Amino acid sequence: MYRVGIDVGGTNTDAVVLEGKSVLAGVKASTTEDVTSGVLEALEKVIAASGIDRKKIAAVMIGTTHFTNAVIERRHMDEVAAIRLGLPSGAGLPPMVDWPDDLRDIVGNHGYQVKGGYEFDGRVLSPLDEDAIVRIAGDIRTKGLKAAAVTCVFSGINDAMELRTKEILQQQCPGLPVVMSKDIGRHGLLARESAAIMNASLLSLADRTVAAFGEALAAAGITCPFYITQNDGTLMAADVVRSFPVLTFASGPTNSMRGAAFLTGIKDAVVVDVGGTTSDVGSLSHGFPRQASTTVDIGGVRTNFRMPDVFSIGLGGGSLVVKTVSGVTVGPKSVGYRVRTDAICFGGTTLTATDIAVASNKADVGDRALVENLDHELVAAAMLKIDQMLEACVERSRISSTPVPVIAVGGGSILLPDRIGDLEVIRPENFAVANAVGAAIAQISGETDRVFSLIDGRTRESALAEAEAEAREKAIAAGAQAETLEVIEREDMPLAYLPGNATRIHVKVVGEMGAHHG
Amino acid sequence: MAEVRKLKYDEADLRILTVEDLDALEIGAGILGTGGGGNPYQGKLLALQAMKEGYEMKILATDRIEGDALCMSIGGIGAPVVGVERLREGREGLRCLRAMEELIQAPIDAMVCEEIGGANAINPLVTAALGGLPMLDCDGMGRAFPEMQMTTFSIYGHSSTPSVMCDLHGNAVIFSHAVSEVWHERMARACVVAQGGGAMLATAPMQAHYVHQYGIPKSYTKAIALGEAVIRARKAQQDPIAAVCALEGGRRVFNGKISDLKRHLRGGFAVGDIELTGFDDCAGQTAGVSIQNEFLIFRRNGQVEVTVPDLIVLLDVDTGYPITTEMLRYGQRVAVVAIPCHDLLRSARALDVVGPAAFGYPEITFSPLPAFAQKAA
Repeated sequence: MYRVGIDVGGTNTDAVVLEGKSVLAGVKASTTEDVTSGVLEALEKVIAASGIDRKKIAAVMIGTTHFTNAVIERRHMDEVAAIRLGLPSGAGLPPMVDWPDDLRDIVGNHGYQVKGGYEFDGRVLSPLDEDAIVRIAGDIRTKGLKAAAVTCVFSGINDAMELRTKEILQQQCPGLPVVMSKDIGRHGLLARESAAIMNASLLSLADRTVAAFGEALAAAGITCPFYITQNDGTLMAADVVRSFPVLTFASGPTNSMRGAAFLTGIKDAVVVDVGGTTSDVGSLSHGFPRQASTTVDIGGVRTNFRMPDVFSIGLGGGSLVVKTVSGVTVGPKSVGYRVRTDAICFGGTTLTATDIAVASNKADVGDRALVENLDHELVAAAMLKIDQMLEACVERSRISSTPVPVIAVGGGSILLPDRIGDLEVIRPENFAVANAVGAAIAQISGETDRVFSLIDGRTRESALAEAEAEAREKAIAAGAQAETLEVIEREDMPLAYLPGNATRIHVKVVGEMGAHHG
Repeated sequence: MAEVRKLKYDEADLRILTVEDLDALEIGAGILGTGGGGNPYQGKLLALQAMKEGYEMKILATDRIEGDALCMSIGGIGAPVVGVERLREGREGLRCLRAMEELIQAPIDAMVCEEIGGANAINPLVTAALGGLPMLDCDGMGRAFPEMQMTTFSIYGHSSTPSVMCDLHGNAVIFSHAVSEVWHERMARACVVAQGGGAMLATAPMQAHYVHQYGIPKSYTKAIALGEAVIRARKAQQDPIAAVCALEGGRRVFNGKISDLKRHLRGGFAVGDIELTGFDDCAGQTAGVSIQNEFLIFRRNGQVEVTVPDLIVLLDVDTGYPITTEMLRYGQRVAVVAIPCHDLLRSARALDVVGPAAFGYPEITFSPLPAFAQKAA
């Protein structure tokens, strides 16, 4: 049986076919406005290139930056109601208080604060003001809002008020999608609330996108289940994405790093993914991307998703090379995906980083004769500049002084030299479609992150066990095989400045996908 | 209160803070937080909201106010990890201020900061702005400490009661008298748990001459300058850590990767140990940092080198941004910077309260860091 991985990026849609541990074929197609035709084209191309029987495809895994791009580009987002249960707590900091103004306007700035919420030890902070919820429901109908996001103070300890609010809203507004923050994020109200609001505003795009994926698969005659990769490189059933599009936000860099690890068999490395406009650099540790410790901005909004610690610089295959009085600059401006028409080596008139790589015999794309007449000094200076930029960001991402290899992936990785500082550069076969490979090999996870009160005989140990059981249950519900589950993250943080009666526990388990694995 | 309040300072001496100042203060307060003190982010958001509504945040030098002016310090009390989930209501501090004025039957002239390190740098600014008062440019710690009796104001004889503690629900608790500062801390700590793990606490007012004599001077100016230095160095792609050291007479004592991290809870405080494996000029060395909410002891190859109350600051090697104890994780690359504390924290009297022994290290004697000469440009 085969696994198909598809990466739907802003420019390209890549696809690969895997059989066990070997990549049978990898192809690139252009991403299309309707998504469907680009995915279909990539699928047909990869099936033809690998020569497989499409009936034997066991599962299709899709990675996409569609939802991240929607937020960054402020497109396809609906106006939604942002309801917080917790007054008088947070009265001075309304929902979306730390959002960029333009994004807050796009989702309509419909923030509501009502009484409700819990204390850290489970006591009620304020009883839920159900009448207020009914009034908000009226407002939602009047304004014609598309969805609602409900965030309750300490919903990680007790989710009853979020559930009750959803129930009232759906009684009053039949069919209204209601996102509950407890399903989205972790401890930390503002970041979790922001994620829930973004999620609500992306629901109809998620619906259309997942439908488009389904149509593409159906048109290709593929009937197996399909999955979508999330931030941590694990999978969600496609239908889950209809409800939780924000959980795909960081899947792009995660997939390319996991794909790099898979293609090389190396578990500790620095991965450089060079695209048309930017390069993403991150560290692999034990086969997984190293996670960022601080909050991560998505389109200017603070979130507390666990995301890979990826550093981006404006250097890609299409980066403009410009001679200035003080030397040569490379990027951040770029011709992007038009490199194949605009670059000099492809018969265009714009000097790009790719031309420099070809002129200095580092790469063999386009027509070398077209770049032979370039000023040699300029080429040498630009190449040196590119090397320096790459070395600086690789050095930044290195976890230790132990020399680890640098894995070069992405279409623009022809720019990389053979060594960066004291590190060897490895270019795996299929380097250009590492993202799709990362999607194809994704596993399934379950996660718990909340505060546990250590009362009524509950100890730190029993709370950890409880958290692990919850995480396992979530993973199994998401489609994992119970016997393959293993704990990859387990941490507890006692709540400082309080007597030892509460602790915040985070547990994550991952395992192989159920019945359909090959 | 009386309708006519005579100003005890000249308004021309006030420095009005800008949005940029607040951004810098957030970073500077984080650095001076020495790993603890809570995250100033939420306080900054409240301050920005207040600014939007037209309130002004005003800083005043301690020698530019009449000596008999009444100054009240205020700070947040509670668990930072609760505070990020159960946000403050926003006017707790103002209610403390009004309740205190009611209690002592006199108007307060200016506000004072207890702790410039972390969240409590910005909390009192918001109260001062809402109350229309200036903030004196000083604080009671010059850094962060876990407990209330650890301010220079308390150490040098000010009794912090009567005090007022207000939570987000609207409860106001008055501690009319505590027989010692430690008793006050103990009772307030018990009360904050009942209030849900977070509240604002205003302590008994002091006269401005006392604040001028015993406050750590120029705390706000310094914290803002520290933050500005980091922002400026990053923009110019220079080393932000060198910029921090140059400003505060500090020294980069170690470059290391976190190779082990232990954290647990003792008596309501997060305690733990970090082990660092050196790189660059520290390759081949190991170091340890002991934590009790803040970073307290720094050891190189097992030998104690820097101890509380001198400041031990962990900064992200690349960005220069401060790392708090909650942000610590395995594999992180950090620079350890040692900064000499103010002389007010180095007297025998102060060391009884904030020296290594006060944190359970009776075997360690405090040996003050020399002030490091600034590097020649």
